[in-house]
Amino acid sequence: MRMLELWKRAPITWSHVAPPLENGTFGCSEWRHVEKPQCYCVLFVGYTNIWLSSFLADCLYSVKDLPIRPSYVLLASVTKMKLILSSIVNGCRYGKLIEVGRNGSKSVDIPGCLLYTRTGSVPHLTHDTLSLIEGVPEPVHLTLSTVAEHHEVLEEYKEGIGKFIGMPESILYCSLHDPASPCPSGYNTNKTVSVWGGGGRIEITLSKFMAMQQAFKPDWYQSMADGEPLPPGASRKRVKKSVDRTLGFLDGCLKEHQNSEVLKNSEILGVIEGGDILEERLRSVRETMKRPVGGFLLDGFQADDMPDDPKLNLIASVTGELPEDKPRLIHGIGKPDEVLECVSRGVDLFEGFFPYVMTEQGRALTFKFKYKVDPEGEEQKDLVGPLHQVQDQQLISAYNTMTIEQCEGNHIYSMLEQSGCGDNEISNKASDKGGKTVPFTIDLKSEQYRADFRPLLEDCSCYCCKNHTRAYLYHLLTTNELLAGVLLMIHNQHHYFGFFQSIRDAVRDDKMHQLKELIIKQKLQQ
Amino acid sequence: MSPAPGPGAPSASASASAPLRVVSRRECPVSRARLLQLELPHGELQTPVFMPVGTQGTLKGIAVRQLEALGCSILLGNTYHLGARPGPELISKANGLHGFMNWKRALLTDSGGFQMVSLVELAEVTEQGVRFSSPYDGKEILLTPEKSIEIQNALGSDIMMQLDDVVSSTVSGPRVEEAMYRSIRWLDRCIAANKNPEQQNLFAIIQGGLDAELRKKCLTEMIKRDVSGFAIGGLSGGEEKDNFWRMVTLSTEYLPREKPRYLMGVGYATDLVVCVALGCDMFDCVFPTRTARFGSALVPWGSLQLKNRQYAKDFKPIDEDCDCPTCKRYTRAYLHALFRNDTAALHHITIHNIAYQLNLMCSIRESIRQGQFPVFIQQFMKRMYGSKEQYPCWAVEALSTVNVQLE
Repeated sequence: MRMLELWKRAPITWSHVAPPLENGTFGCSEWRHVEKPQCYCVLFVGYTNIWLSSFLADCLYSVKDLPIRPSYVLLASVTKMKLILSSIVNGCRYGKLIEVGRNGSKSVDIPGCLLYTRTGSVPHLTHDTLSLIEGVPEPVHLTLSTVAEHHEVLEEYKEGIGKFIGMPESILYCSLHDPASPCPSGYNTNKTVSVWGGGGRIEITLSKFMAMQQAFKPDWYQSMADGEPLPPGASRKRVKKSVDRTLGFLDGCLKEHQNSEVLKNSEILGVIEGGDILEERLRSVRETMKRPVGGFLLDGFQADDMPDDPKLNLIASVTGELPEDKPRLIHGIGKPDEVLECVSRGVDLFEGFFPYVMTEQGRALTFKFKYKVDPEGEEQKDLVGPLHQVQDQQLISAYNTMTIEQCEGNHIYSMLEQSGCGDNEISNKASDKGGKTVPFTIDLKSEQYRADFRPLLEDCSCYCCKNHTRAYLYHLLTTNELLAGVLLMIHNQHHYFGFFQSIRDAVRDDKMHQLKELIIKQKLQQ
Repeated sequence: MSPAPGPGAPSASASASAPLRVVSRRECPVSRARLLQLELPHGELQTPVFMPVGTQGTLKGIAVRQLEALGCSILLGNTYHLGARPGPELISKANGLHGFMNWKRALLTDSGGFQMVSLVELAEVTEQGVRFSSPYDGKEILLTPEKSIEIQNALGSDIMMQLDDVVSSTVSGPRVEEAMYRSIRWLDRCIAANKNPEQQNLFAIIQGGLDAELRKKCLTEMIKRDVSGFAIGGLSGGEEKDNFWRMVTLSTEYLPREKPRYLMGVGYATDLVVCVALGCDMFDCVFPTRTARFGSALVPWGSLQLKNRQYAKDFKPIDEDCDCPTCKRYTRAYLHALFRNDTAALHHITIHNIAYQLNLMCSIRESIRQGQFPVFIQQFMKRMYGSKEQYPCWAVEALSTVNVQLE
């Protein structure tokens, strides 16, 4: 058949594609219905070449009696990595990304976070101090903000940025912006985006962007995108423009990606824009889904100025439309409560910058995330830490057993404070520098820790807690010693990765409700 | 100058119950270099040794686990800084400086004298002690020998230094003599004030500036005192090298051979090698760690200023022959790129520089053990300077006085 011959000459990988049957129809791996039942979306798994879409669409159109129209032909790229979803419970996804990386030998647990870096280094940490941390996640997060200025060096180096930064075995994800640095808006154009590096603004064209990716050789990278933070109530015109630009950039990136030998094992992530306008968000989703991307990045949710409910609703709407079999990343979300809300709304991967931001403020993460109640009856000492000075045991057990609403209604919190309960999570005084309290953390610059010889967090097994005390950290911070950043970073990372393990356990065991309650309780304590 | 006699037999130190025991001593047959095995309350120590400086109860940016992995056996802490923050009472509560910073090996603390003179604008020295205004809270403080020892007792270091009357080596005249005699009197007060003689050693500090006569008087007096070791002080303060080495040699000539000699403030590689040959055992200096934080990496042929653009595309490690954690994984180009952006760059270079210093001392010890120290010196100088014309004159001269003729 003519069709079969055309097919054979197409530049696709046979093993991934069902060839046409003798009668001219296609046996496909997956069918997906869209609105009009008499039309079918044909999902071809295995295409790498975007032009094949129109070629194939023409082929299909020319075959008689096939009820397929070109506009419904969807393409999936040869995504080497696969998302295996073990379960979806109450909107929370649990599973693994497998066959990740250049060798296809790594896997990434979902939900999960990335290992945040600046210029390819976990802040303050060398390889040896990083090795002291348990549960370090697989994907290393690089940002163009912090590495773009070294593009020329990497081009000459030729061996890829992984080896350059001393992480030759790691999975690398490259995003545009650094979540811990401000990103002024108003600089993106139809042809360029700007990132803010150490030396100032760097303007990037599409070809420069792709040249960088080819020099860096990441395993995943986000497509170039117009993701400038837009103020709430930004004009529809501006929002629409960012969606259009991003799609244009995506097509441009894909074109070069597919011609690139160097990037053939890399995945490109499509970027969902759309500000706070639902229609634009959905449009961005639907259009991006048509392209052969390896996953999706939910962009534009970084800023704090979008109120929680609308933000979360938008996220839910976006993930509701996205295909289940591809990972969803979100930028800019790191606080424990926000992470849980996003996991419940179908987000898979988060940036890991929150521990760093807290470290820079001299804060240690101390929130509890062990939601399990020990059935053996061991005293549940976690909610109210080491109770050195507590007299009123009844008060404490009331606190431990009541829900948040009950505690508030019965004035438990204020009674605990008055009883002089020494644990800092409850009676966390503001630091003597007058800084505001931040939930989930303690401020180690606060004078109250000067002679506190306990570890940062009782029961924490990290290097810092096993070897050093709050008093020592207080001393290091007040004398501006570099070691403060090193030790805090070790503890905070260790803690945060433990939190994500707890999220995975909770999703798997359908205990997200308990975990959320535990976290919210601690957020409200401040 | 008479050469040191042949290898000595293992000897006992002053008294068996002293908290420092010289387990063995081996001497270079050519120069005055020695290899000592010391036993201190917190562990064993081999000299010659370089002691990194952990001023405020931390080596800047480096965790104690990393220092142990590098083979560091002794650190230095500063009484002046720690006495102010966090203060001796708090450190006592934390089980001494060892407990506070969780360093399990040996610690040496200085007396606070040097910082007072170098860091404090208006310090007034009297027979009683040194009076100055604290830079932290403006309060008037009087640091006496008794007070210094009291703080060091609280710190619990294995080796304490006497409070000495420190005078800059560029000063001359009667002030130098006054300071020398006062240092002797303060030594006696320090010995009397030590509340922990079973657990903490006290070292004397030889003063006398650049005046041979004064030095000799000081030596004669101080070696009569029952201390575990002697430091050579008042040098490495900007004086001419020609004067410097002569005072070192004079000191090692008269100091007892069975006790360790600590040359304070010396840390440049060449100075270390020469002063080991002149008979010194212990050294400290902020230079290697401080210069690291300015981007300068130490190598056997000098140093690399990694901030310079020439390293932007240099894909070699700092030193191809170095097996420290930094050189095994990172290139000069990466360190150059990282330097402006993250503190981790400082830590990488600090680790390398400490490894460099410790490896240097290890090589020195090994060559003394094998009786090959003069050969080592030859190789070291060649590598560092290239050819004899480049060798610093003072080094050539100093070495020749201990029978090492450089070719």
